[in-house]
Amino acid sequence: MKIAGLSLAALLLGALSFTAPAAQASSLYQDLGEQRGIELLMEEMLFNIADDRRIRHHFVETDMAHLHQMLSEQICELAGGPCVYSGEEMVESHTGLDISRGDFNALVEALQLAMDDNDIPVGVQNRLLALLAPMHHEIVNL
Amino acid sequence: MRYRSLSAALLLGCSMTIAHAADGGLLATGGVTSIEGSAGGGIVPWAVLGSYAEDDEWGGTVTLSQASVDDFRLSVMGASLNYRNRVEFSLARQTFDLSSIGGELNQNIFGVKYRVAGDLIYGNLPQISAGIQYKENTRFGLPDAVGAQRDSDFDAYLAVSRAWLAGPFDRTWLVNATVRATRANQIGLLGFGGDKSDSHELVAELAAGVFLHRSLAVGMEYRQKPNNLNFADEDDWVSAFVAWFPTKSVSITGAFLDLGDIAGLESQQGYYLSLQAAF
Ligand code: HEM
Repeated sequence: MKIAGLSLAALLLGALSFTAPAAQASSLYQDLGEQRGIELLMEEMLFNIADDRRIRHHFVETDMAHLHQMLSEQICELAGGPCVYSGEEMVESHTGLDISRGDFNALVEALQLAMDDNDIPVGVQNRLLALLAPMHHEIVNL
Repeated sequence: MRYRSLSAALLLGCSMTIAHAADGGLLATGGVTSIEGSAGGGIVPWAVLGSYAEDDEWGGTVTLSQASVDDFRLSVMGASLNYRNRVEFSLARQTFDLSSIGGELNQNIFGVKYRVAGDLIYGNLPQISAGIQYKENTRFGLPDAVGAQRDSDFDAYLAVSRAWLAGPFDRTWLVNATVRATRANQIGLLGFGGDKSDSHELVAELAAGVFLHRSLAVGMEYRQKPNNLNFADEDDWVSAFVAWFPTKSVSITGAFLDLGDIAGLESQQGYYLSLQAAF
């Protein structure tokens, strides 16, 4: 009885998180492995970027440790975690970098590979990508 | 420390460059090659442009496809070029074997598709493209005999495509709607215009699919068709497809087809297989 009630509650919660972005965002943070998981993911993504001939030239003069810190904060906050992003606005930090549409996609691929390697399930991958895609116009061709 | 070696790797790597195929687009965003040569699904042209060209890249595709239904077999050789993910030029050569009647029909299709606005994934606007297909039927004897009015003609279409990255079940979904002006009989294999009707009419073509993961999509397509010839009714087409994108260079599409009655032969069902190489 109690178990049936519990699973019903779980079902309802599941259905709710399906429609309510807030509920989904907080569990995205957990699904990404919280702070540690996100830091590992961003580290791996940066290593993939460094391997990618198409975009690594953008990062030659970048302080990668600082970028890693900023990205981790930002993704943590976006995913509903207990972080506050302390970096610059996206438009500010990407203006003048001459980032093309292809460059943006290359970064998405670097992230996808990193998520694969960290065994992040497809659904969780998609939820993170759906949070990043709307930033496209704040980053590309500025 | 780790980051210092990362920076060193960056510096080193940047001094090397190699020529490569167009790969600015994300996996599967070029769709596959439809039976008329334009990028799309299998039986419907979508708003997407073939290959992975982005920015100032040229891309291209070559495709071999075959559809086998009860009494007919359609073979297609296709090729396309895409410049800047803005304009697509395509070519398809169709051979239609009348397996049970005997003989074959041929058609060549030259296509141009222009991305008017929007994007499949990014921004507020869905990807909107307009296209023209010039079709020439090169074996007009049979079409002529059953009432077709001409052996070549234009189709024009407007297509809208959009992907939804984290749709239902946290999967990526894709929908496409196309409106086409056409008077082709069985897409042109039986010529253009007929004794029943001889003007362009608007038909609707729809597709919807879901990516189970980023290299595997399943979905359905529907294609409305005109009905211009008195000798036999022409039915709408439906397909259910699976498309696999193991890499950006290759895709394989399989489908179940229900093409309805064709040239008086009833309930034509069967399978479709298409192999595309992109560069
Ligand atoms: C959704 C995609 C992206 C996100 C969320 C993102 C996020 C960030 C963040 C948080 C920073 C740090 C800002 C700061 O220092 O305060 C940053 C900096 C930077 N980003 Fe992005 N970025 C994205 C796409 C890209 C792309 C596609 C490129 C180029 C291929 C790129 C290149 C850079 C570079 C070079 C910097 C460092 C600039 C500097 O050295 O000050 N970013 N990005």
